[in-house]
Amino acid sequence: MVSVPAKARRGAAIEIKTLISHPMETGYRVGPNGAMIPRDIIRLFTCTYNGEEVFRAELSPAIAANPFLSFFTTALESGTLMFRWTGDGGFEATHTAEIAVE
Amino acid sequence: MRIPAGLLALALPAVLSLGASAHATDLPQAERRSGPAAERHSGYDFMSAETRAMQDDDVANPGMLWVLDGEALWNRPEGPERKSCAACHGNAGVSMSGVAARHPAYDAMRGRPIDLEQRINVCRTQYQRTTPLLYESRDLLALTAFVAHQSRGEPIAVAEEPQTRPFIEAGRRIFEHRQGQLNLSCAQCHNDNWGQRLAGAPIPQAHPTGYPLYRLEWQTLGSIRRRLRECFAGMRAEPYPGDAPEIVDLELFLAWRAKGLPIETPAVRP
Repeated sequence: MVSVPAKARRGAAIEIKTLISHPMETGYRVGPNGAMIPRDIIRLFTCTYNGEEVFRAELSPAIAANPFLSFFTTALESGTLMFRWTGDGGFEATHTAEIAVE
Repeated sequence: MRIPAGLLALALPAVLSLGASAHATDLPQAERRSGPAAERHSGYDFMSAETRAMQDDDVANPGMLWVLDGEALWNRPEGPERKSCAACHGNAGVSMSGVAARHPAYDAMRGRPIDLEQRINVCRTQYQRTTPLLYESRDLLALTAFVAHQSRGEPIAVAEEPQTRPFIEAGRRIFEHRQGQLNLSCAQCHNDNWGQRLAGAPIPQAHPTGYPLYRLEWQTLGSIRRRLRECFAGMRAEPYPGDAPEIVDLELFLAWRAKGLPIETPAVRP
């Protein structure tokens, strides 16, 4: 789930909020059968604005399940924001949002 | 710590006769919920500003992930006739509005109240002719969250009628009954000591306003059954087994006791 303002004034700071469904299994827990539960986390989140990276976060096992990330960027011109989450086990999710700058 | 009423009566009969005791059982029938309506508080009121902000913002509220999943399930065809929930009930925003506020509700065929999860499974087995969903499974939580979300803001209003009365009373007996190795009743915390702290955590009034809800401690959405199991375990009492009717009696009593408080599903709790 991503929230981006649909419209913004040029030069204004805009808040972007993202929420994704993910167990963020730490790799340090033991399952009911006594075996370690393998780590399964999101490793990297990036946000690009018209192809240019504006935000990047490296996630670690200490981050809670269903990570919520919120950050600010400057509205420069109309275009596309692209969000990408990648992680263990080949996990990959993307989302795009349009923004109109006037 | 509150001194048991019995001890007070032995030591201070004069004080008690002034009517100073505000124990819930002394209140008239209509007020025997958790005190007067004006003093009824959702667990929301006891939370930190940060947790409240998380619940209030749909993008930050992780429970909304289940609501979105539930919406997809609502429209997914099931069973041999490929019927979805939407095939009968149409737009959930209309047909499901207020439904969660009225559950647990009396089911004539079973002759007893059933909760929202059970209602969904009745629909699945009887009308969609497919398998019931398992308690605490992602699909049942998602569907329940989606249905309950349609009642967000609506006041809890379980039916108080001759058929449900014995079950409300049965739930009350469980709530007021001392049990477990600590010899505690639910009422001793949630009626007598709400607003105080237990091991650093505030004691709420135990109103089921936001189920299924997202607990940060669980890192996931969970049902009221799961929450009650944890309460029983915390009291070092024996939790009721999976589909015990007593748990629905207790759910019904809690909903009756919370009458008028708005549904918050999906709530966020610490």
